[in-house]
Amino acid sequence: MKILIIGDGKVGYSLAENLSKEDNDVTIIDKNAEALKKAEENLDVMCIKGNGISVNTLLEAGVDDTDLLIAVTASDELNMVCCLTGKKLGAARTIARIRDHEYASELALLKERIGLDMVINPEQAAADEIARIFRYPSAISVDSFSRRKVDMVEVKITSDTPAVGLKLKDLPSKVAGSILICAVVRNDEVFIPNGDFRIENDDILCIIGKPSNVYGFYKYLGKCTQKIKNVMMVGGGRIAYYLANLLKEMDIRVKVIESDRERCEELSELLPDTLIIHGDGTEEDLLKSENIGEMGGFIAITGRDEDNLMSSLLAKQYGVQTVVTKITRMNYSSILKTLHLDNIVSPKHITADIILRYVRSLKNARGSKIESLHRIINGQAEIVEFIANDSTSYLNIPLKDIKFARDTLIAVIVRKNEIIIPHGNDVIKKDDRVIIVTKNKAVLDLNQLASTGGLQNELQNSLKNIGHTPVV
Amino acid sequence: MNYRIVLRTLGILLLCEAAAMLPSLVTAIYYRGNDIGAFAVTILLLLLFGVSMVKVKPKVKEIYARDGFAIVGIGWILISVFGAMPFYFSGAIPTVIDSFFESVSGFTTTGATILKQVEDLPRGILFWRSFTHWIGGMGVLVLTLAILPSVGARTLHIMKAESPGPAPGKLVPRVGQTAKILYAIYSLLTIVLVILLLLAGMPLYDALIHAFGTAGTGGFSSRNTSIGAYNNVYIDVIITIFMMIFGVNFSVYYFIFKGSLKAALKNGELLLYLGIAAVSTVFIAINIHGSMFDSVGQSLRHAAFQVSSILTTTGYSTTDFNQWPELSKMILLVLMFIGGCAGSTAGGIKNIRLLILGKTIKREMVRIVHPKAVYTIKVDGKVVDEETVSGVMTFYFAFMAIFTVSLILVSIDGKDMVTTISSVATCIGNVGPGLGMVGPLGSFADYSVFSKIVLSFCMIVGRLEIFPVLLLLMPHFWKKVSI
Repeated sequence: MKILIIGDGKVGYSLAENLSKEDNDVTIIDKNAEALKKAEENLDVMCIKGNGISVNTLLEAGVDDTDLLIAVTASDELNMVCCLTGKKLGAARTIARIRDHEYASELALLKERIGLDMVINPEQAAADEIARIFRYPSAISVDSFSRRKVDMVEVKITSDTPAVGLKLKDLPSKVAGSILICAVVRNDEVFIPNGDFRIENDDILCIIGKPSNVYGFYKYLGKCTQKIKNVMMVGGGRIAYYLANLLKEMDIRVKVIESDRERCEELSELLPDTLIIHGDGTEEDLLKSENIGEMGGFIAITGRDEDNLMSSLLAKQYGVQTVVTKITRMNYSSILKTLHLDNIVSPKHITADIILRYVRSLKNARGSKIESLHRIINGQAEIVEFIANDSTSYLNIPLKDIKFARDTLIAVIVRKNEIIIPHGNDVIKKDDRVIIVTKNKAVLDLNQLASTGGLQNELQNSLKNIGHTPVV
Repeated sequence: MNYRIVLRTLGILLLCEAAAMLPSLVTAIYYRGNDIGAFAVTILLLLLFGVSMVKVKPKVKEIYARDGFAIVGIGWILISVFGAMPFYFSGAIPTVIDSFFESVSGFTTTGATILKQVEDLPRGILFWRSFTHWIGGMGVLVLTLAILPSVGARTLHIMKAESPGPAPGKLVPRVGQTAKILYAIYSLLTIVLVILLLLAGMPLYDALIHAFGTAGTGGFSSRNTSIGAYNNVYIDVIITIFMMIFGVNFSVYYFIFKGSLKAALKNGELLLYLGIAAVSTVFIAINIHGSMFDSVGQSLRHAAFQVSSILTTTGYSTTDFNQWPELSKMILLVLMFIGGCAGSTAGGIKNIRLLILGKTIKREMVRIVHPKAVYTIKVDGKVVDEETVSGVMTFYFAFMAIFTVSLILVSIDGKDMVTTISSVATCIGNVGPGLGMVGPLGSFADYSVFSKIVLSFCMIVGRLEIFPVLLLLMPHFWKKVSI
């Protein structure tokens, strides 16, 4: 794929690095020759010095046959104009980074009018990520499908969970009936389990379903012994604003410590239900007087990595259950491992990850029907969301009558607001969102799921898989 | 320095050279020459060394700038040594140092020879001699980049060290793809040239030999009197035009192919290059008209051929320009220094550097008049950054410094001044024939062993644009940890 990245900052560089490794032809435009030099020397990409808005520069970079234009300069307005110009000049798709929350409310309009295919807000994304950590405190990773109607959680089984040693079909139906264990990672290998699969210690389960049901199962596993009620945040930037709103929806009370007086006042206007404290978040006395020991969670999201690290260590020392640390630069990655901080969040990496995922799904989807894509263990298995349309060859046929390809499983069907964990008698209708789990990387289209060849045994296996959820 | 990755890459290079020797082996077998054995033995040796070096497993797979320069510098010496083996083993060239000189002259596309009689050499050997021009022209390592399936991110360093010009760039985002495009253009132009030469009445074998020599801007011929032996107007005109074509930056052809002809023709370097060629041709034609040739057509034909041949640093000749008046000879000597365009197969200082140097002089003068003036140097409407400008000036100084030192070293042999100056100039500029004793009908055979080594060094220095070779002489460069 031909990809044009405008802005060679940290996100731009990290995107270029990953995208060029995945066999895309990447061109970077930036005004800063110094930044470009680094990219040119270390990456297999083409660098063009110039202004990304300038038509000449864009044409020189070959925007007319570009498959994807990604604008990640420091300025929102610049990004929007770049995408607008790029689209007019013939770029097939555009992604803009827009971080100002004033624009956030107008995103739908912007997307439509400017022709943006995707808008990414790093702070919002980071806030989402942190909120997920609080929803599923010890999950390895959490992902959402179908506009957050379906959650997928990867969780590691430890010896103290009641599920150890049970077969999937023997799990108590009350908690397991409405979720699906769609994949199991054992010894770095991915299995798509059926009802007879026995859960063992150290397995990683991928649980998919409606968020409330997944949460229920999660509770059954004993993964959230007590719900976090109070959270302290150090740093009152944009992430804090988004996150405070998200945590409020989860009934978590939030206390924000911010060192800038004016920002404090601003925040107290924006967040009426949140306690804003003016002070230095690395000061032990202040943290103590604000009862850091009683907090269920501690989130360090100031602009300085060092401050975040120090205050997180303080919080850990006072026994806070869940500590989240924001790290912007990855300079400390080797030290971080030794500090045993469990939750490290890096907005730039999250941004890059989201865009990467979008690019991968674009590449997969010739007819662009893939809605989202999640990878398990370096892509050994993929969870892909499709939308069924007229071209899907097996609409309205009971699943048990369709022959499915090997190692593929239909995990969830989302029909409007209804979430169906499918059994043999369920059917796929037009406009359904179908979430599938597959070890076959070549699945680019729903029709490819139906196996064309013989291989009776495997077909039966897949059929068994489809009906595997414990029968009530 | 990461010795393992350097060794491994050099191993791949040797395997590529083994593959490149196969066509010569086939030619030798076809003509049943006594050189079959020499090729077979060399290929076996290359395979032996190549395979054992490729087996080295590097711990760190990244190629940094230092490793890239080492690969290019050592690689060129290595392929020249192995490339000399067929000459020596077959007995075509009796001494080791002469074989090495001939091989270096081939790979660096110089075309300077120590052979006085080439016509009685085995056909396979002559083919290999010219084929080294072809692969050396675009670059042996660029060839490996084009062939290798997975080219890592940092291999750009290799390409930068081998490609001529002050700031070699990529045509498309991927290094491997760029190398493939360059070789595709190169091969296509060569094939067109072969077909045209066949149509003009040259036999296939000769057409191939001269197409390789022209494409690589080398200059080895299979005839003692070079192109003059054919005495054919069509051949002269075709080769004149194609020498000029191969002296142009290949990215120009890529942009023409992509449909932006206008942008390609506005290229400042191209205009300077064509301008120098045109002016020199006119001056020489006037100078030799009457004294050497009677008709205007004849004067223009030979003047244009010789200007094109020397400016692009090819070194073919249609006539013995040693007999020409002094003005013409002096113009040709100056052209040896200028050379072709960056990103072509030609040698010399390159027109783009002259363009930048000229503009730097202008800037200095503007600064004297307006001491506070801020003045950026632009080429084709784009600012040339200061790093490139100072790089060009350093290059120019280093080029002249090496020229001067070599001049003194070669003059130990006691040849006359014209011969000494022109032979160093012709070697460092990768031209081929010089003036005086090393003129188009002469050879370098009479030089001492020491001078031949100095001149070989000059040829590699000229081809790799100085720094990859000079770095090898710096002890600092070889240290594992350099502080």
